[in-house]
Amino acid sequence: MAHAQALTEADKDRFYLTEDHHPENGTLLGFWIYLMSDCLIFAVLFACYAVLGRNYAAGPSGADLFDLPIVAVNTALLLFSSITYGFAMISAQAKKVKPTLAWLAVTGLLGLGFLSLELYEFNHLIHEGAGPQRSAFLSSFFVLVGTHGLHVTFGCIWLVTLMVQVAKRGLGVEMKRRLMCLSMFWHFLDVIWIGVFSFVYLLGVLK
Amino acid sequence: MSAASHDAHEAHDDHGHGHEDGGAHGTLKDYVIGFVLAVILTAIPFWLVMADVLPSHQMTALAVMGLAVIQVLVHMIYFLHMNSRSEGGWTMLALVFTLVVVVITLSGSLWVMHNLDTHMMAPMPHDMREVP
Repeated sequence: MAHAQALTEADKDRFYLTEDHHPENGTLLGFWIYLMSDCLIFAVLFACYAVLGRNYAAGPSGADLFDLPIVAVNTALLLFSSITYGFAMISAQAKKVKPTLAWLAVTGLLGLGFLSLELYEFNHLIHEGAGPQRSAFLSSFFVLVGTHGLHVTFGCIWLVTLMVQVAKRGLGVEMKRRLMCLSMFWHFLDVIWIGVFSFVYLLGVLK
Repeated sequence: MSAASHDAHEAHDDHGHGHEDGGAHGTLKDYVIGFVLAVILTAIPFWLVMADVLPSHQMTALAVMGLAVIQVLVHMIYFLHMNSRSEGGWTMLALVFTLVVVVITLSGSLWVMHNLDTHMMAPMPHDMREVP
């Protein structure tokens, strides 16, 4: 018996690393891996746009279509929504329900502002005859920017869901975990938007 | 012995929980620094393009892409709170793996499609003249 115990102790010593740092709750890591897979979707769409972005089919180019002031306002809205979400997370850490809800509401409104400007822009393009079916450039543009917009839409729905949950159940451990996941999602969308405004809009106007 | 190991386990659990609970969350200072840097790094490329500051378009394009990469890093560090220690390094590993795949996807697509383009270019008028 004593021998067996000595063995297990020795085993424990030898393999102590397996006990250390194992994830107690893999949600955040799992969500991160989801975000990485999402990142691959966007990488493929960016590659698609990079390949097709100059095939105008004798139609309008980015320099003819893109309205940089609108893009700048959109970028500002998304950036502001990132920091207001940060403030919401700080309030949630301090277990203050009302400021958390208020900051989440501001974040949601900024997200909706972003979406409505983007929809306005799409609508404008389609009415000018520069819809997704016009050329390969416009097809890849609408798919890339539209996929990002769709992500923001789902982010907004998720945000409202969490606001209802926070209002009903307060800020427990599991609620903070959910807020943390949406925080990663929201900031990740802002990172993707950096690629979109730099690569698609700014370089598109340059060409 | 068993009690001691139990205690150690307990302490470890507590530590793990405290860490998990908060996840990697930033302070107000982190967010403000990140926000100010992001605003600057967004304003510069818009200014470069809209005011047409640099002499050539190629230089502007390079500057815009360079600033975008820097801004992505700023977002990763100050907003997503990336570091090599979170989740025992697994988030960083997943990120590095993803970046490798992204680089292969982007550079590979561009390379292959550019190659195809140059090889399958429609014959130019002066080539056509030599066709019997």
